Amino acid sequence: MTELRFADVTVRYGRTTAVDGVSLLVPSGEIVGLVGESGSGKSTLARAAVGLAPLGGGRITMDGEPVPLRGRHRPLQMVFQDPYSSLDPRRTVGDSVAEAMPPGGSRAERRVEVQRLLELVHLDPARADAVPSRLSGGQRQRVALARALAARPRAVIADEITSALDVSVQGAVLNLVRELRRELGLSILFISHNLAVVRYVASRVVVLRGGRVVEQGPTAEVLTEPRHDYTRELLAAVPGRGARRSRT
Amino acid sequence: MPPASTRRWSRVARTPLALVAIALLVVVAALAVLGPVLWGADAEAVDTGNILAGPSARHWAGTDNLGRDIAARVLVASRLSVVLALLAVAIAVVVGLLLGTAPFLLGRGRAGRLVTAAVNIAVAFPGMLLALFFAVVFGVGATGAVMAIGLAGAPGFARLVQTLVSGVAARDFVAAARVAGVGRGRILVRHVLPNIAEPLVVNATIGAGTALLSFAGLSFLGLGVQSPSFDWGRLLYDGASALYLNPAAALVPGAAVLLAGLAFNLVGESVAKGLGVEGLGIEGLGVPVGSGRWVLPGRTAAPGPAHAAADAPDPADDVVLGVRDLAVSFRGPSGPVRPVRGVSFDVHRGESVGIVGESGCGKSLTALAVTRLLDDDARLEASRLHLLGTDLRAPQATADRRKLGTELAVVFQDPMTSLNPARRIGAQLAEVATHHQGMTRREAAARAVDRLDAVRIPDPGERARQYPHEFSGGMRQRAMIGMGLMGTPALIVADEPTTALDVTVQRQVLDLLSAVRDSDAVALLLISHDVAVVGEVCDRVLVMYAGRIVEDLPAAELATARHPYTRALVDAVPDMDTDLDEPLATIPGRPVDPADVPAGCAYAARCPLADARCRAQDPALVSDPHAPARRVACWHAGEPLPAERAVDLLVESP
Repeated sequence: MTELRFADVTVRYGRTTAVDGVSLLVPSGEIVGLVGESGSGKSTLARAAVGLAPLGGGRITMDGEPVPLRGRHRPLQMVFQDPYSSLDPRRTVGDSVAEAMPPGGSRAERRVEVQRLLELVHLDPARADAVPSRLSGGQRQRVALARALAARPRAVIADEITSALDVSVQGAVLNLVRELRRELGLSILFISHNLAVVRYVASRVVVLRGGRVVEQGPTAEVLTEPRHDYTRELLAAVPGRGARRSRT
Repeated sequence: MPPASTRRWSRVARTPLALVAIALLVVVAALAVLGPVLWGADAEAVDTGNILAGPSARHWAGTDNLGRDIAARVLVASRLSVVLALLAVAIAVVVGLLLGTAPFLLGRGRAGRLVTAAVNIAVAFPGMLLALFFAVVFGVGATGAVMAIGLAGAPGFARLVQTLVSGVAARDFVAAARVAGVGRGRILVRHVLPNIAEPLVVNATIGAGTALLSFAGLSFLGLGVQSPSFDWGRLLYDGASALYLNPAAALVPGAAVLLAGLAFNLVGESVAKGLGVEGLGIEGLGVPVGSGRWVLPGRTAAPGPAHAAADAPDPADDVVLGVRDLAVSFRGPSGPVRPVRGVSFDVHRGESVGIVGESGCGKSLTALAVTRLLDDDARLEASRLHLLGTDLRAPQATADRRKLGTELAVVFQDPMTSLNPARRIGAQLAEVATHHQGMTRREAAARAVDRLDAVRIPDPGERARQYPHEFSGGMRQRAMIGMGLMGTPALIVADEPTTALDVTVQRQVLDLLSAVRDSDAVALLLISHDVAVVGEVCDRVLVMYAGRIVEDLPAAELATARHPYTRALVDAVPDMDTDLDEPLATIPGRPVDPADVPAGCAYAARCPLADARCRAQDPALVSDPHAPARRVACWHAGEPLPAERAVDLLVESP
């Protein structure tokens, strides 16, 4: 299958170095969690991988080949944080999904494929004709996932895909991410600042701070025996974990 | 087009402004089409015996220097005037679109920047000056004038296009299309232009009115249409020379220019109204939340639904905030919408109370209502709304306002928008003390530094002199809390104070709120969509659904919540002990739309325990006979949920 590898990746904006020599591996068919605070370079790393940010140094490869950044064949796809911004409000759900599909096929074939993809993310295929404003945040994020899958990717980067959602629908999206990995064998880089969420979906975790990797390893290991102070700090910050406040 | 926008269009079309605009436009269009056909002969009929005559029964606007009827000539000139104006606008729009979209198509490279710079320079020249310049370049005459006015309008249009394009280009759906391998040209046509089309149409319409005036101006200067052709400007030019003999000769073409210009501009205005803010690609018409001043309701509050208050405890002496039957409503397109429908609770001195629920459940509006920050169009009703002994429903005396200013602190979700970006942090904090506590500026400045220190901002003396953009998100939020602590608050209302922050920063802010509460016995009302956050910081949790409190329980007992909605909320959040082999619990369906609240229990449609009674009768919020501190509104409170719902993959979840 496919492994996604970042080797010594550096991204600079002007004089600031947003990502500084990051190396990490998403093994084939696994979900790797990428955690860190705002400004740690998580999103920049993701954007560099899909060509939305300039690569200053290093290599991003899939199975040893550089990730293609030109042409219609894009085996690495990305799902964005805010489903209210990532779907064109003027186009139907079906159009948005179909746009990402590789060219070719008759109109009818493409329509069947859109319906298959919507079913894959547990949306009613009849929704293909709806515009995004008729959908809830969770449903929009499923459409965004379906669009990413339409490109027939071998790997997907999910950039904070639940942080704009109500906690009540976050669970449904997380279940879907796990299911897609299991059923499609996708390799997924899952970016989040919520360790409880990462723990639930990822088998490995990479901790980023100030554009550098400070710790990485199997999720269970990193979360139970963190070696870096910053990882410990992140763990202590998970809501519901702190010592309950003293009460009057 | 979705029905909501169709409704808005038909509403706009019925306004007097739009009716006048449409009527004028129809008249102008009819004249342009029929004028030369109907009056062409009259306009050319030379009557040498009747030169430069004043208004008469035969020639009601008089005649020109060849004895031709001026009124007929004005009517005939409509076609040429309107066609020239439209041609000029077409040139402006086409050139403007090419220049305005070029930077997007060319990317971040040098060529793109060059185009942008050229447009910016061109915008700096006054349009009429450019028109005169081009009129000289292209020669005097109709063609020259069209080119001149068209090209003169292009830079402004290009600038508008550029700004709108870059706004849409920054959005994620454009990034997503790029990631999918869609080319820039196709992205422009498919995603960018449709999302900016509406403001452009509005601008082009208004541009047509301007072009019409510009033509009149150029022709009046003798640089426009030349004899024997004539447009309104030309007639105006001819008429002005005989102004003292026959004022009507100049006034009638002038009036025509005015009316046609008005027609175009009013149509543009109406189109803009019909499009609303949606034209800029912004989601419109959410639940209005803002910080406008609260206007008191005109009549004293009507008692809300009787059952809501029936079981609320009596207000006691140490109550900081007492709320009974609070309802907030807005005027909707089809009758009033009530996002908050009868909420009753007390917050006691030093107590911290959390309100949780999904987006749109009314929790933020409840917070805004008790802090008097509802928008002007919100209507508030309550049978009791007391904050620190002041009745918030009555108009406030100055003394009361001052007291509230120091005893109530408010923290919002986004500290960047709640701090003034143009003022130093220290000055903003000090203002509270000089305004409400009558401190001198020096005392207030010292207190501001002291308070920044209290909210653990390192090097507070230095930081007080900085601007909000020099603070990180977490520090801004701490500064906001510091601002609340300038007085001696008895209540802090915090609306999603950590939602925009990272977990580590969230932790710091939550710790700070807890510390403030512990040291000064300050009460806290914390609004959040995250049960985990509320459960950690608060003593008591109010769970809201569809504008009502459905459960009120101690935070420590969240694990044994009795309302199925609370239980679902708690189960849906993964924590560090969640079973990795099971799918996460989800809540099927969608939250209730405040404009369409069903009869019976609002949660029934999503509830695994719902039966016929739930769908018919809304359960009241009643105390638990075994635990009087707990209240719940459910016919099936605490009943075991049906055995794990089979995960049906075809069922659409939220």
